[in-house]
Amino acid sequence: MNDLPAITLLTLLPVVAGMLLLVMRPDGVLARRIAVGTGFLLLLGTLGLWLGFPHGSAGLAFQERHDWAPALGIQYFVAVDGISLMLVLLTGLLIPMSLLTGKVPEDRPVLYYAFVLFLGGGLIGTFTALNFFHWFIFWELSLIPAFFLIKLWGGKGRDAAATQFFIYTMVGSIAMLLAFLALFLATGKFDFLSLAEMGQAGALEGALAGAVGWSGISGSGLAMLVFLGVFLGFAVKVPCMPFHTWLPSTYATAPTPVTMLLTGAMSKMGVYGLVRILLPIFPDQLRAVSPLLLGLALATIVFAAWSAFAQTELKRMFAYSSVNHLGYCLLGVFLVVRLDPGIGDNAVSQAALMNGVVLQMFNHGLTAATLFCLLGMLEQRAGGHESMGDFGGLRTAVPVYAGFVGIATFASLGLPGLNGFVGEFLIFRGAFGLSPWVAVLATPGLLITAIFLLTFFQRVFLGRLDERWQGMADLSTAERWLIAPALLLMLVLGVAPQLVLTTINPAVQHLIAAVTH
Amino acid sequence: MQVLPWLILLLPLFAAVGIALGALPAHRRGVAARLSVGAAGLAFLLSVLLWSSGTQGEQGFLWLAAGALKVEFGWRLDALSVPMLLVVTGVGGLIQVYSLGYMRGDKGFGRYFAGLSLFTFAMEGIVLSTNLVQMFVFWELVGVSSYLLIGFWRERPAAADACKKAFLTNRVGDFGFFLGILLVWSLLGTVNFTEMSAVLQRQPEALGGLATLAGLLVFCGAVGKSAQFPLHVWLPDAMEGPTPVSALIHAATMVAAGVYMLCRVFFLLDVPGSVALEVIAWTGIFTALLAGVIAVQQDDIKRILAYSTLSQLGFMVLGVGLAGGSHDPAPAMFHLTTHAAFKALLFLGAGAVIHALHHQEQNIWKMGGLASKMPVTFVTFGLATLALCGFPPFSGAYSKDAILLPAYEQGRYGLLVLALTGGFLTALYMFRLVFVAFLGPAKSQAMDQAAEVRGVMKWPLILLAVPTVLAGGWGIEGVYRRAFGAAEPVEAVSWFGQIIAPLTHAPMVALLAFVAAAGGAFVAYRLYWDALTDPLPDKLGTPAEWARRRFGFDELYARIIAGTQDALAGLAAAVDRWVLAGAVVRGGHGLVELAGRVLRLVQTGNLQGYVTFFVAGTVLLLLFVLTR
Repeated sequence: MNDLPAITLLTLLPVVAGMLLLVMRPDGVLARRIAVGTGFLLLLGTLGLWLGFPHGSAGLAFQERHDWAPALGIQYFVAVDGISLMLVLLTGLLIPMSLLTGKVPEDRPVLYYAFVLFLGGGLIGTFTALNFFHWFIFWELSLIPAFFLIKLWGGKGRDAAATQFFIYTMVGSIAMLLAFLALFLATGKFDFLSLAEMGQAGALEGALAGAVGWSGISGSGLAMLVFLGVFLGFAVKVPCMPFHTWLPSTYATAPTPVTMLLTGAMSKMGVYGLVRILLPIFPDQLRAVSPLLLGLALATIVFAAWSAFAQTELKRMFAYSSVNHLGYCLLGVFLVVRLDPGIGDNAVSQAALMNGVVLQMFNHGLTAATLFCLLGMLEQRAGGHESMGDFGGLRTAVPVYAGFVGIATFASLGLPGLNGFVGEFLIFRGAFGLSPWVAVLATPGLLITAIFLLTFFQRVFLGRLDERWQGMADLSTAERWLIAPALLLMLVLGVAPQLVLTTINPAVQHLIAAVTH
Repeated sequence: MQVLPWLILLLPLFAAVGIALGALPAHRRGVAARLSVGAAGLAFLLSVLLWSSGTQGEQGFLWLAAGALKVEFGWRLDALSVPMLLVVTGVGGLIQVYSLGYMRGDKGFGRYFAGLSLFTFAMEGIVLSTNLVQMFVFWELVGVSSYLLIGFWRERPAAADACKKAFLTNRVGDFGFFLGILLVWSLLGTVNFTEMSAVLQRQPEALGGLATLAGLLVFCGAVGKSAQFPLHVWLPDAMEGPTPVSALIHAATMVAAGVYMLCRVFFLLDVPGSVALEVIAWTGIFTALLAGVIAVQQDDIKRILAYSTLSQLGFMVLGVGLAGGSHDPAPAMFHLTTHAAFKALLFLGAGAVIHALHHQEQNIWKMGGLASKMPVTFVTFGLATLALCGFPPFSGAYSKDAILLPAYEQGRYGLLVLALTGGFLTALYMFRLVFVAFLGPAKSQAMDQAAEVRGVMKWPLILLAVPTVLAGGWGIEGVYRRAFGAAEPVEAVSWFGQIIAPLTHAPMVALLAFVAAAGGAFVAYRLYWDALTDPLPDKLGTPAEWARRRFGFDELYARIIAGTQDALAGLAAAVDRWVLAGAVVRGGHGLVELAGRVLRLVQTGNLQGYVTFFVAGTVLLLLFVLTR
C-alpha cells in the first residue's frame, strides 16, 4: 500500500479525466456522467487515504519525494498530515457534490466539466504539496479554471466579476511568488519543511540580509517584506479584510456549483496556506505584527457579519457570512503565536485554538457549500429571484426544502449538536485563554450572524405564503439525496467531533510546539 | 441502574427523530402521538424508578478533546438533578397528554409533538449535565426547540416575530454565559461541576479578583433563559406559541432552567470577595416587582400569566441571591418545583378556556361567568391561584415563605418589604383574573358556547392540582437541601407537621406573607368584583397606562436595536462599496490609468526628447551606483 503513489494518483485522477473529456468531446450528458464518476472515484480515493492514514500520529504519511531539479532546490514532494488530510477529504466530498448540483450547462458542457475537474486536481495538489515549486503550479492551476468557470458560465455581470477575481488573486499570487523567489535567493531552498526549520530557528533574517541585500534594508526588514508578500497571497484568497471586495460579486455571479467550490474549498487554500506555510516559516514575523493582524481578523469577523446583515440578496448575504466564518480561522492563526501569559495554561488554549481552526475549515467548507447549493435550488425555482423581499412563507409550499435549509442555517450559526459549534467553540476557548479581550471583541460576530440568519429564515420561510410561489416544487428525490448526506455529516461531526479531532490534534500539537518554542 | 439515565435522556430524542423521519404527515398523527407521549411517560416512570432506587453519582465519556483540553458528556445524579428530572418528565408528560386534546385537528400535529420531544430531550440534558459545556450545549438546544414551538403557527407574522425575538434575546444572555464559562474554565482548568467545586474548596481564592465578573457572566445565562430584567421582553411574546407549550416551556420548566443552573453552580457564586449574589438578589426582586405591576394591567389571559411567570422567576432568582453563608439556595428550587405544578395548571386552565372559546378569545374583559360553565377548570384554576398567591395550606405558601425567610433572618428588611409587595401584587393580578374571567357577568356572546373540556384535557388539570394543593408538606425543600451538603433529616416529619411548620419556626414571616396576599385579594375584590371594565386606569391615570404599555421596554429595545443595527450594517456596507471597492479599487485603477496617460506624453516621437531622457536616466543611475 505504501509503495503506491496514492497522492499523485489522486491528484492526477481529475486532471487526466478532464483532459480525456477534452479529447473525447462527448455530449453533455455523457460528460456529466464521466465527470461525476470521476468525482466519486476521487471521493473513494480520499476515503481510502483517510482509512490508510495512521490516525493519532503527528508525522507525514503517504510521502513521495523525488528530485526534480536539484540544482534549483526543486523536488517533487507530497505528503499529508492530519491537517492536510482533512482538506483533501473536504475536496473529495465537495467535487462530486458540486458536479451533481444543477443541470448540465447548455453552453460547452464538456469544457465546463473539464474545468471543474482541473480545479479539483489543483485543490488536491495544493493541499498535499510540500515544495513551493509545484505547490505554486497547483495553486495557479486552480485559479485559472475558476476564472473561466466564472467568466463563461456565470450570471449577470460575470465579465467584471471574473476579471476582478482574477486580478485580485493574481496580485496576491505575484506578491507571494516574489517573496518565495527572495527566499530562494537567500536560502537556496523551496522546500517548506526546511524553510520552516530555518524560520523557527530565526535564520531567515540573516540569510536574507546576506544574499538579497537590497538598498540598505535590514535583514529583519527584508524578512518582514517577504512575510508580507506571502501573507498578501493568502489574505486575498481567504479573504481577510480589506482584501475581500472581490468576493461578494464573485460568489453571487459564479454558477452555483462553482460558488460551492469557491467558498467550500478554494477559500480553504488561503487558510491552509496560513497554517501550513506562513505560520511555520514566519512565526517571529507573525508575532511581531500580530496585534495589527488581529485587528484585521476582528474587522473581518465583525464587519463581514454587519455587511451580511445589510444585504438583501441571498447569495451576497451568504458570501459575507462566509467571510465572517473564516475570520475565526484568521483569528486563530494570528493569535496562536502569542507568547504572553494569558488566563490559565497557554498550551491548553493554543491546542484548543488550532484544533478549532482546522475543524472550522472543514465545517465551514461543508456547511457553506451546502447552503450555496440550497440557494441555487431556490434561485432555479424562483426564476432568478434572489432577494429576501421576494419570498415569504415558503415553508408551507416546500417543507422539506425549508427543513434542509433550516438545519444548514443552524449549523452555520453554531448550534450545538451540529458541526459549526465545536470548531467555533474551540476557537473561542483558545482565544479567550490567550487574550480574553480579543475573544470578547469577536463575540458580536456570533450574535450578528444569528440575527441575520434568523432574519433570513423568517423572511423567506415563515409568515404568509406569497401567491407567486404557491406551486413551487419541493426537493426532488435526487436533490434530497444530494443534500441529505451533507446534513448527516454536519450532525455526525456535531455529535461526535472526536471522529476527526483525534486525527487533527497530533498534527496541530506538533505545529504549535514548533512555532512557540 | 447505570443505564437508566441514558434511557431517560435518549427516549424523547428517539421519539423526536422517529416522528421527524416518519410521522410528520397528518395521516400518521396517531404514530406521532404514541411515540411522543409514550417516550415522555416512560421517561417519567424510569425517573420515578431512579428516584426510588436512590442512585447517586456521575458517569460520562470523553466527548471532545483538543490536547490537554477535555470535555465529557454524561449524567450526574444527585439531590438536585433527580427531583428536577421528576418535575420535567412529570409535568411534561401531563402536558403532552393534555396536548392530545388541545392540538387535535391541527395540521401540524406531528411537528408539534416532534418539537415537544426534542424539548424534553434538551431539558433533561440540562438537568443531567455533568459539566458547564454539556449544559451549554443543551442550553442552546432548549433554545432551538423553544424557537420551533413559539413559531409553531408559522403563518402568523406575530409568531414568526416572537420566535426570532426569543431566540435572539436568549442569545444575548447566552454570550455572557459563554464568556463566563470560558473565564471559569480558564481560571479553574475544568468545567466539571464536581471538580470545579473541589478546586474552589481547596483554594477559595482561585477565581481571584475576577470572582464577581465570573459569577455575573454566568448569571447572564440565567437572565436570558429565566427572562430577568433587562432581557425579560421575550417571554410575554413567546405566548404566541400553543398554550401547552407556554405551560411546559415558558412557565414550568425551560424558563426555570436559569434558576436550576444558578443552583448547580452555586459554589461559583458564593465565593469570598464576590458580590455576584447581591446583584442577583436585586435583579430578582426588581424583575418580580416590575412584572407584577405590568401584570395588573394586562388583559390577555396568557399575557397575565406570562408576566406572573416573570414575577415568580424573579422570586426564585431572589431566592438564589439571598443564599450564601449559612443559607443555601434550596428555597429557590423548592419554589421552582411548586411553581412548575401550579403555573402549569394555570396555563392549562387558560388553555382549556381558550379551547372552549374555539381559539378565538383571550381577552379576559370579553369573558366572565365561566365558573358555572367549566367547573373543573374553575376549581383547579382557583386552587392554583391560591397556591400562587401563597395562601396556606397550598404549596406556594411554603415555597414563598422559604424564600422570604433568609431575608428576614439576615435582617435585609428592604428586600423583605419589596418581596412582600410582590406578594401583594401577585394576589391582586391573580384575583383580578379570576373575578373578571370566571366570576362576574358574561361580557360577550362567545361565553354562551363555552363548555367543559374533555377527558385528555381534564385529567391533567386534576392531576396537577394534587401537588398544587399538597406539595407544601412533602419536604421538598429538605430534599434539595441535601444537594447543598445538608444532612439527611433524622426523623421524618409528617405532612401535617410540615404544613404547620412555618407557624412554629418563623410565625412573623408567615403572617406578613399572608397579610400581603390577603390584602391583594381584598383590593382585587373591591375593584373587580362584578366589574365590566377596568376601573384602574381612571383611578390611577398615567401609572396604569405605563403598566399597560409594559413601560415601553419592547419599543425602546426595538428602536435601539433597529437603530444601531441599521446604522452599523449600513456603515459596513458603505465602507465596502465606496471606500474599499470605490476608492481603493477604482483609485488603483485610476492611478494606473493616470500613469498610462503621463507615460503616453513621454512617447513624443521626438528623437531629441528621447536622447535627453536617456542621458538623464544614465546620470541618475550612475549617481545612484557611485554614491552607495
